Formats: sequence, C-alpha cells, structure tokens
Amino acid sequence: MSRRARLAFFAVAAAALAVTLGVGLAGLPSFGSQLTSYARMLNELASPQRHVTDVVSAITFDYRGIDTLFEEFILLAAVAGISVLLRPLSDETRELPEDKAPDRAIPPPSPAVWLLAVLLSSLLALIGLETITHGVLTPGGGFQAGVILASALYVVYLGTNYATVERFQPDALLEASDGVGAFGYVVIGLLGLLAGEVFLTNVVSLGVTGNLIAGGTIALLNLVVGLEVAGGFAILASEFLDQTAVIRTRRR
Amino acid sequence: MSVLAYGVVAWLFLVGIYGVVTSRNLIHMVVCVSVAQSATDVLLLEIGYRTGGHAPVFVSLPAHPGPAVDAVMQALALTDVVVGATVTALLLALAVQVHKRAGTLDPDALRATKE
Repeated sequence: MSRRARLAFFAVAAAALAVTLGVGLAGLPSFGSQLTSYARMLNELASPQRHVTDVVSAITFDYRGIDTLFEEFILLAAVAGISVLLRPLSDETRELPEDKAPDRAIPPPSPAVWLLAVLLSSLLALIGLETITHGVLTPGGGFQAGVILASALYVVYLGTNYATVERFQPDALLEASDGVGAFGYVVIGLLGLLAGEVFLTNVVSLGVTGNLIAGGTIALLNLVVGLEVAGGFAILASEFLDQTAVIRTRRR
Repeated sequence: MSVLAYGVVAWLFLVGIYGVVTSRNLIHMVVCVSVAQSATDVLLLEIGYRTGGHAPVFVSLPAHPGPAVDAVMQALALTDVVVGATVTALLLALAVQVHKRAGTLDPDALRATKE
C-alpha cells in the first residue's frame, strides 16, 4: 500500500474513531464533578479496615490484589520474552570486546562522571528502599521502588565500563530476585488459605495506622513486588546492553 | 472544562496512532505507541479527579481539607503504566532483532513479508 493510500485510509478510520471516542467521552460524568460510590467507599473504609494511609496501596495490593498478581506475571512474562528475543542467535556469540592495542590503556570514565555515579547510585538505592518501605504510608510502593532501585544499577553501568560490571555477573542474582519476587506474591496469597480464609486475604497482623510496619500483607506484598520489579528492570537493561557490548556476529 | 479535559485524551490517542501509521522508523513507532497508550493514563486520572480534591493519602489531613480523588483510578493507572513499560520494552527488543536481520528500521523497507 502506498503512503498516500495508507494516509487516506487512516483519515477515514481516524474520523470514525474520533466520532466514536467523542460520543463515548461525552457520556462520562463531567470532569471533576463526582466520585463513584465504589471510590467513596474505599476512601472511607481503607484506612480503618487495613490500617494504611495510602489508599492506592491498599487497593493495589489488597482490595484488587488478584489484578496485581496477574500484572506482576505480565511483567515476569515480558522480561522472560525479552531474554528469549535478545539471546545470541545461531550466527552470534557472546564474548567481551577484544583489546587490539594492549599497550594503550582505555581511559577510565572522567572523575566527574564517576563521582556523580557514586553519589547518585547510593542516593537512588536509599530512595528506592524508602519508597518500598513507606508504600503503606505515602505515595509509592513496590512497583515505583523497583524501578528506582534498578536505576541505581543503571548509574553504576554509567560510571564504570560495561566489562567491569559484566565481570561481577549479577545476572543470576537478578534473575533470582525476579523469580523469588513473583513467587513470593503467590506464597503471601497462600497464607490466606493456610489461615482458613480465601486466597490473598490480609491475615497478617495489621499494626497501628501511621506506623512504618502496618497494613499486614500490603507491606509484605510491596516488598516482594519491589524485589521482582527491581530484578526485572535490571535484567532488561543488561539484555539491551549485552546487544551492543557482548553479543557479536560469529567470525567465519 | 470537560471538553478540554476529555479532548486531550482523544487528541493524544489519535496523534499517537497517526504517528504509528506514518512512521518511517521502528523506534519512532514504539514511541508513538506509548504516546497513544498514555491517553488511557490521562483518561483514568481524569475520571478519578474531583475538583479541589487531594491525593488519596490520608496523612496530616487538617492541612489538606476537602475530598480525596478516586484511588481506584490511580491504582488502575499504575497497572497501565507497568503494562505500557513492558509493551515498550518488548517492542524495542523486536526492533533490535529486525534491524539485525533486515539491516533497516524503516517499516516500508521491510520486504520479508512479501517473499
């Protein structure tokens, strides 16, 4: 199909879509006017029932905990899919770049970048841990914290060279954290069954509202999700970096 | 106000799809998909918004009087962001392999489907 024909086709489809979208959006309650009764109920009840102050966390990990279980598995499946997609192909091999001029040392990263990486990575790790543990109190939680923790590792990649990081090979650790995080969610869900309730029931002691340790399984699920997301996003980065740094066409 | 708020959603979605249709580079196309996808984030947050509302975090309430916005929609937006990130990552991985096999990122130049 030529570009012009495609554009014409798109114009017709987009016009139809715009009309449908417009009709659909016009049927929504006017912007900022009211909340659904479901939302009002949860805003009222979440704090007294689950002893948390961040209602979004209570919804994500408790009231709609099953949704989040599948969401976590979507993430796990995507990370596994990317690992499979970016594996060395039949005509490729994994080897670190060969040093053709051993007498000339590779210049290390500039001291400014190195210093920034040291500061930023520790700061990011700290913020990540803060976000993960305060998920029941303030905005944040496992998903956000996992991404922040993974970016601490990205900064380490930036401040050293890739070969140095590759020598430490955190791959096994990262994969383990990804898997343990995903499995941990199921295990915490099974606690409910062990206590004679339904799957993912909040059976752990709820603690005192406003304390760091509160919310029962919500805080625990935040931890395992943080572990999974941190591992998953770190694996993503290393898979993509492997493509440029380690995986190369096999020599004939 | 409603027209502007919901108009942004329709605009974001359509402009993202337009980018996908006219794209000449697969990386650019992945970015366009995430633009279209961000329309759903905006829509979810807008449905949950309440004029003068504060975040659904019930700490130091006296400083933030008034109603809270819809926490359910914020939780759904979180799901949406996570799924969007995984879709982007998967599509980028596909783009990497397409570039290796075909030597180009221009979707119009890909001929493998024709043979």
